[in-house]
Amino acid sequence: MADTTAGQMLTTADGRPLKQALARAQRRARLRAIGLVAPLLVFIVVTFIVPIGQMLHRSFHNEGFTVHTDIGSGTRTPIMTELAAWFDENPRGAEPDEAAFAALRNDIVHLGELRAAGSAGTRINYGYAGSRSMFTRAARRADNMEPPYREAFLDLDDKWTEPELWSVMRNATSSYTVDFYLAAVDLERNVEGEVVAVNENRQVYVKLFIRTLFLSVLITFLTFVLAYPIAHLLATLPLRYSNLLMIFVLLPFWTSLLVRTTSWMVLLQSQGVVNDALVGIGVLADENRLQMMYNRVGTVVAMTHILLPFMVLPLYSVMRPINPSYVRAARSLGATSWTAFRRIYFPQTVPGIGAGALLVFILSVGYYITPALVGGADGQLISNLIAFHMQRSLNWSLAAALAAILLAGVLILYWLYDRLVGIDNLKLG
Amino acid sequence: MKMKSVLMASVFAGVAGAAIAEGEVVVMSWGGAYEKSQVEAYNKPFAAETGITVNMVAADNPATPLKAQVEAGNVTVDVADVEFSDAVRLCDEGLLEPIDHSILPPGDDGTPAAEDFLDGALQDCAVANIVWSTAVAYNTANVDGTPTTMADFFDTEAFPGKRGLRKSAKATLEMALMGDGVPAGEVYDMLGTQEGIDRAFAKLDTIKGDIVWWEAGAQPAQLLADGEVAMSTAYNGRIFNAQVAEGQPFEIMWDGQILDYDLFVIPKGAKNLDNALKYIAYSTDTKRLADQASWISYGPARKSSAAYVGLYSDGVTEMGPHMPTSPEALQNALVNDFEFWVDMDAELNERFNAWLAQ
Repeated sequence: MADTTAGQMLTTADGRPLKQALARAQRRARLRAIGLVAPLLVFIVVTFIVPIGQMLHRSFHNEGFTVHTDIGSGTRTPIMTELAAWFDENPRGAEPDEAAFAALRNDIVHLGELRAAGSAGTRINYGYAGSRSMFTRAARRADNMEPPYREAFLDLDDKWTEPELWSVMRNATSSYTVDFYLAAVDLERNVEGEVVAVNENRQVYVKLFIRTLFLSVLITFLTFVLAYPIAHLLATLPLRYSNLLMIFVLLPFWTSLLVRTTSWMVLLQSQGVVNDALVGIGVLADENRLQMMYNRVGTVVAMTHILLPFMVLPLYSVMRPINPSYVRAARSLGATSWTAFRRIYFPQTVPGIGAGALLVFILSVGYYITPALVGGADGQLISNLIAFHMQRSLNWSLAAALAAILLAGVLILYWLYDRLVGIDNLKLG
Repeated sequence: MKMKSVLMASVFAGVAGAAIAEGEVVVMSWGGAYEKSQVEAYNKPFAAETGITVNMVAADNPATPLKAQVEAGNVTVDVADVEFSDAVRLCDEGLLEPIDHSILPPGDDGTPAAEDFLDGALQDCAVANIVWSTAVAYNTANVDGTPTTMADFFDTEAFPGKRGLRKSAKATLEMALMGDGVPAGEVYDMLGTQEGIDRAFAKLDTIKGDIVWWEAGAQPAQLLADGEVAMSTAYNGRIFNAQVAEGQPFEIMWDGQILDYDLFVIPKGAKNLDNALKYIAYSTDTKRLADQASWISYGPARKSSAAYVGLYSDGVTEMGPHMPTSPEALQNALVNDFEFWVDMDAELNERFNAWLAQ
């Protein structure tokens, strides 16, 4: 049987082998499918994957002390080459000798010609505060420096011989570095190159990561507690009423985020509506007004309210199609109302809870504007510091490292969620 | 047909736009009352005299979009109004065109520009137009008595109520030291040492629970008007605006004020470089700077302008006492040390953020 068919190939009506014709037809279909998807793919690559990739690249790649890129012409010139060569020849911890200072001097003259002393100094300044002006000042004078250069540099600033400065310069002569990730978890490299914790009065990021996770979990839980009964009510009421109530859920959802945040400020501030009412009815004395704004309470209240619809909607969409006869059947078989809820109703809503919790949690981990406006000092989240480094300190590498850690954290939680609950159980609507 | 005519119209508009583009200059500033003062004092007379159209665009802080534009190679702005530390930093990074100071006209009393401008107002890539100040303001309706020194700002016993401060190490630490009795002249020497920094944070600790932090320049006036805070640091121009235009019962306490420049810069790759230079030279002459002071209470960056500072645009308010550069205001004033801050910004803000999070 096998032998007889192997010899004669199947062909189409016009004589081409069937296999080929089939492959061609399939290829055409595949090309058309790719053609339809291509616009979205290009859009996502250009507006999402490339910028995020570039940003992440910045977190471990900084050329501030290795390459100068001229704005306008785009010419790339290697800088600090002589110093890098000296570092290659001498091990870490070696006392900088006259040759090292001569190399430094030549490199700084080069920086002056390129007008790159500021950016190179900024890179070192991330690790050694105060060095930026040492570089710009040295660049102005380096041309007229006379050997011995060690003394010439000491004349400018006696910090030029600090081992810590030389250690930071050594680290920075490589474009690829983990320094920004270390800084993002409150660590640094000491003179010997060992990883150590930064001074206690500068430790902030780990604390904020933990606070961000804690507040996000808290907000997710609060939205769940508030949203579950509302969604149940909406799902069980006759459509006429539930549509009306749904408007009350959606109306704030459609209102601008800023408007809702500032409304909370009007309500909660110490001269605000809530405090005025409490003082008015005599619950509070005028001088004991509650501080509900510019602290963690403000952040939690405002964010819970703003994110509530993201919990209500998935829950509602899951609860609506649940057949009420299941619970009725359980009750008729003798289950108490609690048992019927726990064993029959609740398990059917789990996909909605999962979807809502994931949405609210991921949104709140990256929340920025609300904590910035109502959070005061102790209601700040990690996103506020990312924004700070993006906009104010302009240390984009550190901002990128913080963002990458946040992204990794969310991905790990997502993976855990998938293992524990199963991503197939997610129902968004 | 209709579609076609719309297309034709937009093509013609594009062509016409290109023709006008030869005679325009795009200026990026900060919006609000400040932008209005520049439109009235610089842009209108400049356009009338030279025929060059001035287009004004607003940004929260022009330095941020400017950096992005130059780095992306798509520069749409010709002149930007930036803060001192940004001007120096952007210049160092090679993002700005150098400005030849010889294009600036002498003062109208004949003093050469280099001497007529205040110290530090002329930089390689930047020309200052105004002096502004961060000072303590209070609402007379909510404060009993008259606070007179920075120490009063930190004294919540004598002057009960919350305090507004900008959420940033800059200005906050200087004021903390001045509040602790350090004279303005010694503040930066002190802040350069570990003990000085500790002392500043220790002073801030004494009122930490009473501080409301603000970030946007418009917030302090709102906080004062709402009674959320009794006193707040604020940009003096915003407070002036609330006092005069809105009739708020605010007062400024000039003791311990911190002075800063705003400067004009030209981004590298600006499309209308010649017009940008003309605009800067024109706007920063004696009369124009003095004229701006009649629209907002920021001091002119030229000495020769002071003599011409007169009435506010409402015709009744004398501007002199509202100026951060008036003799009374300058008695215990601190000039922002930009070099200190470009150096120490990273470290002090890190410590400041850690202190906030405690």
